[in-house]
Amino acid sequence: MSALTQKLTPTAKQLRFGFAIAGAILVFNLLTVIFGEAPLTMLSQAIAGTWGTAYGIGQVLFKATPLLFSGLAFHVALRAGLFNIGAEGQLALASLAGAWVGASLPITSVLALPITLITAMAVGAAYSGIAGAMRARLGVHEIISGIMLNRCADVLLPWVLVAGLGATGLRTADLVAGARLPALDRWIDALSGSAASIAFPLSVAITFGLYVWLDKSRAGREMRWVGINAEACEAHGIHVAQRRIEAMLLSGSLAALAMTGTVLGYKGYYELGLGAGAGFSGIAVAMVGRSSALALVVAALVFGTLAQAGLAINARVPKEAMGVLEAVVILLVSAAAYVRQREAQPGEAQSPEAQSPEGGR
Amino acid sequence: MSQLVSITTLAESLRIAVPYACAAAGGVWAERSGVIQIGLEGVLLTSAFCSIAAAIESGSMLVGVFAGVAVGIAVSALHAWLVERTRIDAVVSGIALNLLAYSGTRLALRALFDSASNSPGIPGFRIGPTGTAGWQLLARVLLDPVTVLAVAAIAVSPWILGRTRLGLRIRACGENPVAAQAAGIDVRRMRVLALAISGAICALGGIHLAYDQHRFESGMSGGRGFIALAAVVLSGWRHTRAAVACIAFGFLEALQIVLQDVSRASQAATLIQLLPYVATLAVLALGIGRAAAPRGLGKHADA
Repeated sequence: MSALTQKLTPTAKQLRFGFAIAGAILVFNLLTVIFGEAPLTMLSQAIAGTWGTAYGIGQVLFKATPLLFSGLAFHVALRAGLFNIGAEGQLALASLAGAWVGASLPITSVLALPITLITAMAVGAAYSGIAGAMRARLGVHEIISGIMLNRCADVLLPWVLVAGLGATGLRTADLVAGARLPALDRWIDALSGSAASIAFPLSVAITFGLYVWLDKSRAGREMRWVGINAEACEAHGIHVAQRRIEAMLLSGSLAALAMTGTVLGYKGYYELGLGAGAGFSGIAVAMVGRSSALALVVAALVFGTLAQAGLAINARVPKEAMGVLEAVVILLVSAAAYVRQREAQPGEAQSPEAQSPEGGR
Repeated sequence: MSQLVSITTLAESLRIAVPYACAAAGGVWAERSGVIQIGLEGVLLTSAFCSIAAAIESGSMLVGVFAGVAVGIAVSALHAWLVERTRIDAVVSGIALNLLAYSGTRLALRALFDSASNSPGIPGFRIGPTGTAGWQLLARVLLDPVTVLAVAAIAVSPWILGRTRLGLRIRACGENPVAAQAAGIDVRRMRVLALAISGAICALGGIHLAYDQHRFESGMSGGRGFIALAAVVLSGWRHTRAAVACIAFGFLEALQIVLQDVSRASQAATLIQLLPYVATLAVLALGIGRAAAPRGLGKHADA
């Protein structure tokens, strides 16, 4: 746990990305050979479909947006020592709630967007808050409750759509115009046709802002200390339970923002399954990019590229190959972190910050 | 209401409970040795796929069972090796293994059988009386070779873990790895061994799942590994109680099937699906059976 909550040295960062990219390319080549395709052709096709054209770049940004939000959500909880496995359910319910409110508002003015966003964030936070409160007050581990809540969301979503909102075709009505986010091709002509919206720069800005907040604010610092050593925090008079619940609430509302990229920026409505899987992939993003805000953005872009590359080569090699790559990247990056730590301080692999909460900064 | 409690429901409950119980038993083995294992889902899925693939390729159902168990052991031991040797966080490794299993089996489905959803069918084991009466159904469920193996494995588990030298050593690694290491136990090896046993039993669940459907379907484990994990926590890391919890899950699921048949039109039927999950949350929240986890869970011997 403590190995996960501490910060990494800059060299470790570079090594992690180098390792991950080399490993991913190697496995990718292996998989293409298994499917009887030439590795280099497939690799160039994958690159052409992602970073090769302006449209491809736009699609990568679009795919990266929900990943960055859910990665950020997982990261925030992890800094407080909690595993928010429930982001998947949180972002699904938040997407539905946001889309429903955004579609049924009687106004189309400037207020429509904030109301939609606040609804989504409130629902996401409320759902993650259940797991947070159960952990902090009742001692129920958040992984177990998160898994159960994800399953509940799976059951609730179609039920709420059909029985609760009377939707046909398992989708909500279209959002009012004021609740939508503009696509990026409004400003950059080259991106024309891609699904990238202003939600991407928004996600990047929030990521950098949040890292600063975690470092500079009292609440953010205390959250990190709780993650490093809860017992010492208790002894110092920090409200551990309260900070944990706050971290989970924040995490849930960040996961909810994943809907800005899918519902508000692209579809204009919510349909069952929209954005599904981003909650789980966000865990991978957070694992790979936990060292800094920039690393998190890069990690989201890497996984967004993988997702888009999977679509680009799907005709020749099944896109599931990218899921395998994702797993390999997670394992390589995690393993590299440990190797680096061992080299840095032989005999003491655990966090040096674990001694006292002040040791962190 | 007589439909709710009948021999048919009992047979269905037991049949449904087998994969849960196997995964939960695997979870207890892993976590009593001190390794957090949230990759049970991945073990279920890979063993289900490999048993079907081997059964189709060889034409022998028995070969399929062996292949499934072998792969279950391999995946589970890989998890232990990653956690113990390369010090990947166990939760991260488990998540990665689940992802690898899900994508890997889908990829293999495309590569081997050129299908995005399911494998061709297999005959499976056909033992016991045919017919649809309750007792005939029950006899078929109980005589199924995979079920028999699973029940045997789960039944001897508490004895091995509680009474044998091997079991005591594994538990020592789970309770206090540092002390175990100092006492001359090779903690790393013990944990890999425990995870291999865990993988073997969990694999039986995956094989049962696939053989029961007579084919492999993409993502067919459907979160059973996660529910099993909840059963492990509910049971306080004890085999017998975990099995009982899984039979309760099986009963709730069987009940859903019956109730959905009774009230097909009603929207409430959908909400009955929430029952197992809400029940789990409620039981955990009330603190029933909230025994302490193994004290060395997630800790290493040398740090």
